Amino acid sequence: MNTLLWVALPYACLAVFTAGHIWRWRHDQFGWTTHTSQLLESRLLRLGSPLFHLGAFGVIGGHALGLLVPATLTERIGVSEHVYHLVSVSAGTVTGVVMIAGLVLLIARRFVNGRVRRVTTTMDKVLYAFLAAMVVLGMTATVGRNMLGGGYDYRETIAVWFRGIFWFRPHTELMAGAPLVYQLHAIGGFLFLALWPFTRLVHVWSAPLAYLWRPYVVYRARRSPAPAPRPAPAVVRDAGRQKVSSDR
Amino acid sequence: MRIRAQVAMVMNLDKCIGCHTCSVTCKQTWTNREGTEYVWFNNVETKPGIGYPKHYEDQERWKGGWKLDGKGRLVLRSGGRAKRLSRIFANPDLPSIDDYYEPATFDKDILVSAPGGLTDTPVKRPYSALTGEPMAVTWGANWEDSLGGAHERADGDPNLARMSGEAAAKVQFEFEKTFMFHLPRICEHCLNSACVAACPSGAMYKREEDGIVLVDQDRCRGWRMCVSACPYKKVYVNHATGKAEKCTLCFPRIEAGQPTICSETCVGRLRYLGIVLYDEDAVLAAASIEDERDLLDAQRAVFLDPDDPGVERAAREAGMPDEWIDAAKLSPIRKLITEYRIALPLHPEYRTLPMVWYVPPLSPVLDAVCAAGRDDTDADDVFHTIRELRIPVEYLAELFTAGDAEAAGGVLMKLAAMRSYMRARTLDGTVAQDLLDSIGMTGDQVEAMYRLLAIAKYDERYIIPAAHAKDAAAIEAQAAAHGDCPVGGADEQFHPAVGSGLFRRTDGRRGLTLNPLRSRS
Repeated sequence: MNTLLWVALPYACLAVFTAGHIWRWRHDQFGWTTHTSQLLESRLLRLGSPLFHLGAFGVIGGHALGLLVPATLTERIGVSEHVYHLVSVSAGTVTGVVMIAGLVLLIARRFVNGRVRRVTTTMDKVLYAFLAAMVVLGMTATVGRNMLGGGYDYRETIAVWFRGIFWFRPHTELMAGAPLVYQLHAIGGFLFLALWPFTRLVHVWSAPLAYLWRPYVVYRARRSPAPAPRPAPAVVRDAGRQKVSSDR
Repeated sequence: MRIRAQVAMVMNLDKCIGCHTCSVTCKQTWTNREGTEYVWFNNVETKPGIGYPKHYEDQERWKGGWKLDGKGRLVLRSGGRAKRLSRIFANPDLPSIDDYYEPATFDKDILVSAPGGLTDTPVKRPYSALTGEPMAVTWGANWEDSLGGAHERADGDPNLARMSGEAAAKVQFEFEKTFMFHLPRICEHCLNSACVAACPSGAMYKREEDGIVLVDQDRCRGWRMCVSACPYKKVYVNHATGKAEKCTLCFPRIEAGQPTICSETCVGRLRYLGIVLYDEDAVLAAASIEDERDLLDAQRAVFLDPDDPGVERAAREAGMPDEWIDAAKLSPIRKLITEYRIALPLHPEYRTLPMVWYVPPLSPVLDAVCAAGRDDTDADDVFHTIRELRIPVEYLAELFTAGDAEAAGGVLMKLAAMRSYMRARTLDGTVAQDLLDSIGMTGDQVEAMYRLLAIAKYDERYIIPAAHAKDAAAIEAQAAAHGDCPVGGADEQFHPAVGSGLFRRTDGRRGLTLNPLRSRS
């Protein structure tokens, strides 16, 4: 059971994450989009979307700091365990609350506004449910355990296991001893990665940073590289859209 | 100098009767799909009026186009690159669907499936194409057609707001006291496109060969910055695919040497298509001219004269095919813009260097001449009205010359002079030399201009070289690869939205569909 949950599942999910992205990039450029619905509803989105995205940046940064940076490194540069704990709990709580506020607004928007509801695909619903569950688990761990409870030093266990995955030396015993809420959050996190390439989350990889230095007006020759036959429209998008239609 | 060719259009507004044939044929060709119900690549609006989408010319509100910053540098009105990226999560300048209109469809099924023996006539009701719910239709792409509702709304026209208070106050919307004309609009395929400059993912581009501005459907990521950056609001979000779409200048037809579908089907024969040559390196400087009223001349100066041997040599060195250089020499666009100087760009003050220009309508002035009790066939009376009774002229100046009434009036005088000159020439056989002198044109020029504007033969209106012969093999190869797509690049293909029709009958069969391409059961 330990091997299944803490070795097989992470590797399976990472494999799906990688293969899924390659497959989708190759076969579904047309479906690779934020799928904006601001045209249909703007009032809630203008508040919810920036909150959610900024919160998400903070949450991603916090996870990177907590999981990828070993405790020995922070100690060496003079950050004591106590200081780290204070910073991580307070910053984690603030970014988590911002993200939750944004997520609540974005989900509410999908329910309240009939126009947006109608363009919401099944995959969107799955994604929102997953995100909400992950945020709730994560906040339970941060607020419930580390702020109000006795605290749990995940950097000695979960972080070591997580890094071990990438060195192909996952220490399952470290995870087996972790509190349930952390275990669930970790499992959910990997499943979330497996879901990622099949949702609109792929737009994250298209963050248009190159816009900052490219020339303003883009010229392109009519027949640039030799035209390749297009693959059939993506299964992902079609499956999602068909389901919505039948819901009506 | 980097010489380029551009397929450009001119519309002669005096001949537009507002029949919307261009809009309808365009819609049937390009936007009769789910997600583009509200989209009109070509629309015809009545001026004065607030337009489609509502108040789109009010750039204080929509932040479209370019402006000069404090140091005189050209920047997008919506801000620099970093500022625009910071707003990518929610674009504050994006129009909502209600600024266009809520698209409706009708349950026409009821007209044939209503049970017998009813005492009332069955009536088809409008349903929202967005929610599927019954709705009341309260706005549309041409809701203000022929000044409908103008007494309530047209004073919201942003062009009136920019006119001087005194002049704007004289524009009246009472029957028999007002003036109006129709303004057909497509994408301007600008030389300095704000939409292309605003696209964060670089999916929008201007084609090197013919200057047509397109959205690469496979590279668009739905950041929707192009929609707000375009001051003409001619880039749209397809709400079914989440991608941007716009007028393609019917590039598959242009590549085959045919006019766009809006031009082909124009019953007024008011559209002209042809090649202009321009210097890409001169574009930025022309768009950065400080005084808005100098922009018109700056834009004219960007064009190159294909009869100039130096230009012709440069074009050949740049690899431009002979057919294109020949077409540039014969181009009706070049005649109307550069030689007769009667075509004007729409809102040059947006600094995008638009490539669809307009011959402003004389008819509002002639209406004013008659209203003032003068003779609309007498050039002196018309000239007098242009100078003295400045109302329609100042309005036209807001549209076409950044408010320069002198420049707009000069064009109208040429049109009026041509009218009187040809009248005298045809009826009395006399040559009105004083008229020619007053507009600084020769008799031959005026007659050629008259022929181009009034006789307007198909072959003279559209001078479009087919895609160069050596490209033909590539087009063939493409067609073979795609089977169903005879011309055009795969990049620009629109993928039909997948999904069912709006209404599902209880027996599970599909009833109404907005997209005739979908199978009907």
